[in-house]
Amino acid sequence: MNHTVTITINGVKHTREVEPRTLLASFIRDHVGLTGTNVGCDTSQCGACTVHVDGQAVKSCTVLAVQADGSSVTTIEGMAQGGKLHAVQQAFWDQHGLQCGYCTPGMIMSISYMLKQNPNASEEEIRHGLEGNICRCTGYQNIVKAALQAREALSN
Amino acid sequence: MSKLVGQSIKRKEDPRFVQGKGSYVANLNIAGMAHLALKRSPHAHAKIVSIDTSKAAALPGVIAVFTGQDLIDGGCGKLPCGWNVPNIKVPTRWAIQPVGDKVRHVGDTIAAVVAESRYIAQDALDLIEVEYEVLPASLGAKATVTSGIVIHDDLPDNTSYPWAIGDLPAAEAGLSAADHVVELKDLINTRLIANAMEPRAAAAQWSEMTEEMTLWTTSQNPHPIRLLLSAFTLGIPEHKLRVISPDVGGGFGSKIFHYPEEIITPWIARKLNRPVKWVATRSEASMTDSQGRDHVSTIKVGVKNDGTITAIHISTHADQGAYLSTFAPLIPTALYLTLMTGLYKVPGVYGEVWGTITNTTPVDAYRGAGRPEACYALERAIDVAARKINMDPIALRRKNFIPANEFPYQTPVALQYDSGDYHKLFDKLEEISDYNGLVAKRDAARAAGKLAGIGVVGAIEASGPAPSKVAGALGGAVGFWESAVMRVHPSGKVSLMTGSHSHGQGHETAFAQVVADELGIGVNDVDIVHGDTAKIPFGMGSYGSRSLNVGGSAIVKAGEKVRNKMLKIAAHQLEASESDLVYDRENGRVYVKGAPSKSKAFGELAFAAYTAHNLPDGLEPGMEEQSFYDPANFTFPNSAHIAYVEVDKDTGEVNLQKYYAVDDVGNVVNPMIVEGQIVGGIVQGIGQALYEHGAYDADGQPQTLTFMDYAMPKAQFFPRFEVARTVTPSPHNPLGVKGAGEMGTIAATPAVANAVMDAIAPLGVEHIELPLTPQRIWKAINKI
Ligand code: FES
Ligand code: FES
Repeated sequence: MNHTVTITINGVKHTREVEPRTLLASFIRDHVGLTGTNVGCDTSQCGACTVHVDGQAVKSCTVLAVQADGSSVTTIEGMAQGGKLHAVQQAFWDQHGLQCGYCTPGMIMSISYMLKQNPNASEEEIRHGLEGNICRCTGYQNIVKAALQAREALSN
Repeated sequence: MSKLVGQSIKRKEDPRFVQGKGSYVANLNIAGMAHLALKRSPHAHAKIVSIDTSKAAALPGVIAVFTGQDLIDGGCGKLPCGWNVPNIKVPTRWAIQPVGDKVRHVGDTIAAVVAESRYIAQDALDLIEVEYEVLPASLGAKATVTSGIVIHDDLPDNTSYPWAIGDLPAAEAGLSAADHVVELKDLINTRLIANAMEPRAAAAQWSEMTEEMTLWTTSQNPHPIRLLLSAFTLGIPEHKLRVISPDVGGGFGSKIFHYPEEIITPWIARKLNRPVKWVATRSEASMTDSQGRDHVSTIKVGVKNDGTITAIHISTHADQGAYLSTFAPLIPTALYLTLMTGLYKVPGVYGEVWGTITNTTPVDAYRGAGRPEACYALERAIDVAARKINMDPIALRRKNFIPANEFPYQTPVALQYDSGDYHKLFDKLEEISDYNGLVAKRDAARAAGKLAGIGVVGAIEASGPAPSKVAGALGGAVGFWESAVMRVHPSGKVSLMTGSHSHGQGHETAFAQVVADELGIGVNDVDIVHGDTAKIPFGMGSYGSRSLNVGGSAIVKAGEKVRNKMLKIAAHQLEASESDLVYDRENGRVYVKGAPSKSKAFGELAFAAYTAHNLPDGLEPGMEEQSFYDPANFTFPNSAHIAYVEVDKDTGEVNLQKYYAVDDVGNVVNPMIVEGQIVGGIVQGIGQALYEHGAYDADGQPQTLTFMDYAMPKAQFFPRFEVARTVTPSPHNPLGVKGAGEMGTIAATPAVANAVMDAIAPLGVEHIELPLTPQRIWKAINKI
């Protein structure tokens, strides 16, 4: 039996009929067609799929679309505002925080949430905060630098 | 305009990636698209007695189910091996194993389901009934030779090929002349899984009207894939087959090879006349992506009391998995034993290898590919030797360096190193790491009762494969040149079509820097086009740290041709002789020597080439030049790394506190990108040293199919890396560049392993196999 699910994504309401087992990641990617949210694993380890659900960072491969019914979701596509990159996006660009770019949307969503929770996060805290996000390309160094740049930018 | 080459220009591709606008294959959604899922073998070794697909086919939403015989009957050929060393036996491999044949590793493919949704296709897999006759698995790079279990009938000893290089009598003489012979017996180089963050995917669309196929695939090299599909596996002719590798989310070698899904997906798309998409799950990727390394080696190194290395002798069994992946035999032969002398002058060298077959996922290139295996064995053995003769590990290495004035240097194992200055490299390493201070820190930590260690490594790579003639002589089925087409548009903007492929390396920026400097235009006036066989000339793709050495050189050559044509047009229009003209690469214009105001701008000349109103007689209109560049040699980047660790006595846990790296990758186009490559590589190398292991149990069941079990390096495991460079340009390519993609990985594994061994050496432990997990270390130091 399909369920009717309504989720507001980046400010736009989307209503779809979905199977109850449909993952939020699949709702966003396949049903709504916003493909910036990537899927890198099956087991909730890699964080490529991270989005914000009602302001909380969530791995969208681990949540069912029906659980997110009625919620408000921000994906990577919703981060830049008025043609201006979000401070974390800008920092990733400035610091060469990405190579292949596959982990990047999830990284940006995790770090922007982390810095909201802890605006003074230290390098150590940032590294630990990224425990749930895997990058195979960068060795993390420039991701950490990007987070530090964004921390400064956001505190000003 | 100042020169762009050498500047850390921010990447042009990043605005799309940071906004989630990457065009990965899995993102494709074509109207009418069906979804493909593949039934994978749960057994490492079994005969396929029968398959019943009727229940799966009856599931609502399922469009069709196919088995191996369907594909064979439908014209699909065997997967070929693209590197055939002498006397090789290539076992048969089908895209889908047919009934009556066998499955030979967990993940081998036995059926394909196409359905209206991915979820339904997955459901249907469970309804396929397969009767297996389960057979015992033959495992272990070396043990498989004598297991008595035959995996392929034509390979009774599970050995595909032997290969050897060097001078055995000289190596034996060198070992006898040594004061000490260090031996590491059955040294293991771990099985690894590349785990690019984007799982492999393929999508295909058939046009019935034009009989043209488009295949999107997560490949590092779309043209070779098209060639293999046309000539061997799918049979659609090359001019009717378009292969697109759009944005690809990391490769590290694993996306070089021709995979069964690249056959199955388009075959079904044509059969059903519907677009079809397949996307691997992570665990599917972990059981079907070609894996890396997996050697068992015995290495002997002879040293004199003064530190002189007299000989290297190595015997290796290289596990190639159940079938030969596309380039599998290249890795443990010409990319491995030829690097066995490292940075050193060694009189007696001999290496031999057997490529063996086991009931595991195929093994092929993984970042470094052969070179990390050579470096790890050699640098571990040298470290043991240094301890044995009680010599500083850097001093021992320095004692044996090939001197800077002896380049080009012909090694005794076939290669000719192009250039290098290894003393300078280590001078820089000692400087940035404050080596003496680091030794004092270690000694003080030891005095305070801690287990502290320093690990040093000197590493070499042969990057930028390779002169095509040499490749052919060594068994390559293809050449290793690279192509570029430089299309100057009438308005003076440039599209540069390259045969190289970027899957994270930043070609859209670094290549644009090269183009811009060749022509004297802005970096934003250039667009780099890659990854689509309909748009680019035939190209060999990216692997082996070859893009800038080989692909970049093709760009330079094409640029020369464009400049020459522009000089001809300018000479005609300025009424000057060509020899009196200067192409001003700073400002993008041509002027008359001594009369700089008499000039034509780049844009004017481009436009003139297309209006063709006023061209010299006999000159063709248009401004588009191409180059196919065949490298004269490999390039030989080299590095010196040092790691400082402390090991927790109670838990065996390694705390990596400091890491310094000096790399000589020749000239550098974009230092920011190079540093990113080095650091990323280092973390992958440390991953092998401390965490990663693609493990199989005694039945051949893979134990690490998810990130819960396969330990991927995480941000919190690492300190900040301090990296520096020395520069010895390569003399044989026009940019003077060397490969930068793999040095970090090659050097980091032995650097960290040596550091851990140094830390626990005082407890009498000489060697532990990788990965150096707390449990392994704890057991070793507690002699359990
Ligand atoms: S895809 Fe969600 S955590 Fe990996
Ligand atoms: S940039 Fe490729 S996985 Fe992070």
